[in-house]
Amino acid sequence: MATREFALTTGTGTLSTATLRLHDLVVTTDHKKLGLMYVGAGLVFFIVAGLLASVMRFQLVTPNNGAVSPQVFNRLFTMHGTTMVFLVGMPIIAGLMNYLVPLMIGARDMAFPRLNAFGFWMFFFGGLLLYFSYLGAPGITGAGSAPDVGWFAYSPLTARAFSRGHSTDYWILSLLLSGVGSVVSAINVIATAVSMRCRGMTMMRLPLFVWLSIVTSFMILLALASLSAAQIMLLLDRFLGARFFDTQAGGSAVLWQHFFWIFGHPEVYILIIPAFACLSEIVPVFSRKPIFGYPIMVAATVMIAFISMGVWAHHMFTVGMTSVGNTFFAASTFLVAVPTGIKIFNWLGTMYGGKLRFELPMLFCIGFLFQFLIAGLTGVMLGVAPFNWQLHDSYFVVAHFHYTLVGGFLFAIFAGIYYWYPKAVGRMLGRRLGIWHFWLFAIGFHLTFDPQHIAGMLGMPRRIYTYDAGRGWEVYNLISSVGVAAQGAGIVCFVVNLVRSYLKGEPAGEDPWDAWTLEWSTTSPPPDYNFETLPVVRSRRPLWDLKHPEDPDWRYE
Amino acid sequence: MLRRLLSDRMRALALAHALLASTAYAGAPDKVTNIFNPLSTPAEAAHRVALLTLAVCAVIFITVACLLIYAIVRFRRRREDDESEPSQIYGSNQIELAWTVLPILIVVVLILVTARTIADIEDYPRPTDAIKVTIVGRQWWWDIRYPDLGIVTANELHVPISESGRRQPTFLTLESADVAHSFWVPQLAGKTDLIPNRVNRMWIEPKQAGVYLGNCAEYCGTQHAKMRLRVIAHPPEEFARWVESQRRHEAEATPASAGRERFFSTSCVNCHAVQGTSAKGTFGPDLTHLMSRETLGSGAAPNNPETLRVWVRNPQAIKEGCLMPDMRLSDQDLDQIVAYLLTLK
Repeated sequence: MATREFALTTGTGTLSTATLRLHDLVVTTDHKKLGLMYVGAGLVFFIVAGLLASVMRFQLVTPNNGAVSPQVFNRLFTMHGTTMVFLVGMPIIAGLMNYLVPLMIGARDMAFPRLNAFGFWMFFFGGLLLYFSYLGAPGITGAGSAPDVGWFAYSPLTARAFSRGHSTDYWILSLLLSGVGSVVSAINVIATAVSMRCRGMTMMRLPLFVWLSIVTSFMILLALASLSAAQIMLLLDRFLGARFFDTQAGGSAVLWQHFFWIFGHPEVYILIIPAFACLSEIVPVFSRKPIFGYPIMVAATVMIAFISMGVWAHHMFTVGMTSVGNTFFAASTFLVAVPTGIKIFNWLGTMYGGKLRFELPMLFCIGFLFQFLIAGLTGVMLGVAPFNWQLHDSYFVVAHFHYTLVGGFLFAIFAGIYYWYPKAVGRMLGRRLGIWHFWLFAIGFHLTFDPQHIAGMLGMPRRIYTYDAGRGWEVYNLISSVGVAAQGAGIVCFVVNLVRSYLKGEPAGEDPWDAWTLEWSTTSPPPDYNFETLPVVRSRRPLWDLKHPEDPDWRYE
Repeated sequence: MLRRLLSDRMRALALAHALLASTAYAGAPDKVTNIFNPLSTPAEAAHRVALLTLAVCAVIFITVACLLIYAIVRFRRRREDDESEPSQIYGSNQIELAWTVLPILIVVVLILVTARTIADIEDYPRPTDAIKVTIVGRQWWWDIRYPDLGIVTANELHVPISESGRRQPTFLTLESADVAHSFWVPQLAGKTDLIPNRVNRMWIEPKQAGVYLGNCAEYCGTQHAKMRLRVIAHPPEEFARWVESQRRHEAEATPASAGRERFFSTSCVNCHAVQGTSAKGTFGPDLTHLMSRETLGSGAAPNNPETLRVWVRNPQAIKEGCLMPDMRLSDQDLDQIVAYLLTLK
């Protein structure tokens, strides 16, 4: 593919370079360009959804604030949640996997390059369609409005009777489209990792990042099927009078919840396992030791994937399941804590006895470890069904999942971006701005989400556009809103750093971190064909073997 | 043995969680609906297991966080470092085994305690003399019915308290007429959803008289925020008097008036009912004893003659998006209808 693009570019000399570059992005099937486009589009949606959240926090800064109407507020949290999960989390992990898996296994591209491009554009236009709802939802007569049914769109609030116009249809169709993108990208990752490995790269020598990408991709295949099926059923309900979820005609509201959470809970792990994947590459390099207990890490990931398929109804402890049902799902929820704990302990084991270098990627990893530990423990609390009956759908839950997705997922993604940016761009990200980014964002994160735990325990339900004074929630909401400013400042530092380092960052060289996996053996940025000659590996750390011929890893395998 | 150990731990944690909960233990229903200040049997059971869980999680957090801090401080690269690589350790099966088995043991304890508490709360048998109430969730208010007592009211649930020697729990049947809602009064019990086409049950047993605040806890559309709840717990004799007053019907008490005529000749009666009259609408709250309620619009505003007038003139001004429309009444009609409503005590 690469040669054909080259020919096209030189053949149309009359076009400006900007047009040519744009054309190149549109027609590219290169896994590296697509990977960066995924991450870039994800970051743009991240900033949009972050701004939506800022408006919500502004509305909640004081009791009975009238900054936005209830209708606008309900659209804000629906769009914020939907965007963050489907248009930020999913594309960023797809981008990282696309960029890194071929490089890490010594391949020249993904198994299906054109399918890869198709997946990206499905996601991208799906995302645009979701935001087009602000203009087009009620059709040509209305002024437009976005979906307002919450990101999990509980039935029967989504039925025709309660959701008129087309805003819910935009929600369904845009997610169906971007879901197709996620599914083909998952198929591609699995096929690539299974069939494109270079000589000597056995399954048990795969970098953990690749192993975890395979597991996540399998989970995407299983989980998204459930969501897409439910969304198609909902479309049938809304347009053809099917009655799956239409309670007014005997349908079941709880059925939607089952379908949604059979997708929704694994989805959390679909996002957090790539975060684990980043940690599993970065922590060893900056501890100067191999990952502790590689086979156990693989096994624990597979265990998490299996168990997480059987815990969905812990989102439904309050729908009136039997005591046996509640006990089963409480038990399976606790069980996930075991392999997750193993992972945290293994990262700790990797750090023990090492020589820790606190470069920017490692700083974010340490932030991740503390915050994800807390997120995991509040998760255990939520798994205790009787405790859950109090905490469910309160601000405690809001705090808990933002701890996993911001304090956990996002910190790991930042770590990954600081770690692999030099490879992708050829220049280092600036350290000073990076430190500002880390501390501003970490402080902002804790100011925003720590107090929400307490507000929830004082009875504050989520998704309310206003509240009365005197319930004891004022101070926690105030602190929470103030934290947003610090987070925003952190993100500004990050974006400035990305742009500035792209233009005039310090050149990175092939291997700035003295790392061990194959992506660091080629130039930064890598050529279209990735490797001049395909590498041959003899151990899990091929570059360690090269750098330490006197003490290579393969001697111990 | 295990249970004693657990209860010791709970006491040890009382101090820590008093700090965490940030409000004083009033021992009475409070506007600050702290789940760590339970005043009803099921909420107390949930509270006990919550304390145990917090204790376990606190111990795990402190242990792991200390290990992490130790690793960061002890193994940071020193300035005088010689650039050599540390010794390369690939893993240890014994250590892996230890940190697999230990969490499994903790998990088993949590499962057993959780299972027992779930059964204690959920499978608690209904005593034959329990008060029975049916609550129907609606966008965005609560329809409250006492089938055995023949009482219909809205948004404010009146129940007797349990006194030592005479337990008097109230059993709720939860249904929904439109979308999913959730009944949550933190000091009385955990929440249970009200789902259309489904009948859910829960029970409460307040031990202190007073007003308990709560909210709808499942997003249910535009005015989810102002779908508030209050439970008013009375000593037994007071509850009996309340029942007596609620069973009196309007026709017996209210003389004919201009306002009464206006009320029955406008579309008010399409949605609202006044027991003992021809007003039989069920789409909106029952108004038979409107003025005995503390709030309007399901907790959106206090109920007094001034706010009532604002509400009847244009409910959207108080609760934007609510399903009661602006009736565009003339000032005279408005005065007369409000005057009539004020007689519904």
